[in-house]
Amino acid sequence: MTPFLFVTVVFTFSVVAGLLGSLLGLGGGIILIPILTLLLKVDIRYAVGASIVSVIATSSGAAAAYVRDRLANLRVAMFLELATTAGALSGAFLAGVVGGSGLYLVFGAVMAYSAVAMLRKLGTRADAPVPPDALADRLGLHSSYFDEATGREVDYRVTRPLTGLGLMYAAGTVSGLLGIGSGALKVPAMDLAMRLPLKVSTATSNFMIGVTASASAGVYFARGDIDPFIASPVCLGVTLGAFAGSRYLTKLKSGWLRVLFVGVLLWVAFEMLRKGWNG
Amino acid sequence: MSVQPTVEAKATAPAAAGGPELLISSLLRYGVMVSLGFVLFGMVLTFIHHPDYFSSAEALQRLTEEGSRPHQLSDVMAGVMATRGRAIAMVGLLVMMAIPVARVALSLLIFRQQRDRAFVMVTSVVLTLLVLSFLLGHAE
Repeated sequence: MTPFLFVTVVFTFSVVAGLLGSLLGLGGGIILIPILTLLLKVDIRYAVGASIVSVIATSSGAAAAYVRDRLANLRVAMFLELATTAGALSGAFLAGVVGGSGLYLVFGAVMAYSAVAMLRKLGTRADAPVPPDALADRLGLHSSYFDEATGREVDYRVTRPLTGLGLMYAAGTVSGLLGIGSGALKVPAMDLAMRLPLKVSTATSNFMIGVTASASAGVYFARGDIDPFIASPVCLGVTLGAFAGSRYLTKLKSGWLRVLFVGVLLWVAFEMLRKGWNG
Repeated sequence: MSVQPTVEAKATAPAAAGGPELLISSLLRYGVMVSLGFVLFGMVLTFIHHPDYFSSAEALQRLTEEGSRPHQLSDVMAGVMATRGRAIAMVGLLVMMAIPVARVALSLLIFRQQRDRAFVMVTSVVLTLLVLSFLLGHAE
């Protein structure tokens, strides 16, 4: 394979990953890392380094729109970023210690979890009243958003900020360790534990992912894990794919596609786990 | 992901043209554009400088082998001075990494202006952690 062919192939796969990612509400990273490592035999260190930069690109692009439309809760985001950045730092350092086969194992496990979490998203949750919380009151985390479906401003209250902080530390660690946005871990933390509306959780998670990824990217760069020759086509491709996906394909978010994707995720998770197990 | 023309942004926020949300939104959008511009230019330049990259399979092995990634700002700058394509692409990637840091710094200014003491604290800690991540990596 010549360098030109390599860049072209990486770019093409990145466009597909970005497209699928935006379609399914996941980052491109969780799709792209298996392709780079299993198919193109790229060292997992450089795959993770390339992925983390593309995560910043898609998150920032998506967040630009969410922030403008005041869907993302900036105060909740900043408060939780205390934990995600600390977690990302721990994770990025752990990555230097854990080594290749360990990374495959953790990645496989997180992938399997994401698949199950996506299946659960298909169901609905009960609407119990939100318990009051003194810290959330003091920090002024409650807010409102404009719901396009009903055309009305919806007020919401936030609860259990400390539980959220703990869960976000875990999400940040996974993100730093694996070079993914780990939105699949962030959204449930806000949606289920802190009781933010799902739309707000998704938007806020997207907004936060950039900061989490940036914290780990700094460590990866300093360690020499960010290879411009791999990261550049990944970055350009994923951004282009995500842009196209959000622009033209939002209507394709149907149930069967999700189920199909969960199947693919589980299969790749199995492959990664096997690779980690065999060293 | 949305990089729509700014006309729309102006239309949806007539009263809050200088509002914090719009400022942060623009920072994110234009930051991504500038970064990708560098990355694309750097890659094109790499292939212009190295015609053998279109034909030689050995070149790829040299490119993907262990070690020799620029990992210090001074290395990257030296490469830019020599107009090396990969160094310019790296500048783009570094700009990308800096966007969230700039966003947090901008938030700090906004919270300070709003005299929101609790959030000035929170934001300062986040910013410190971010800067630490760039410094600590070198100390490893």
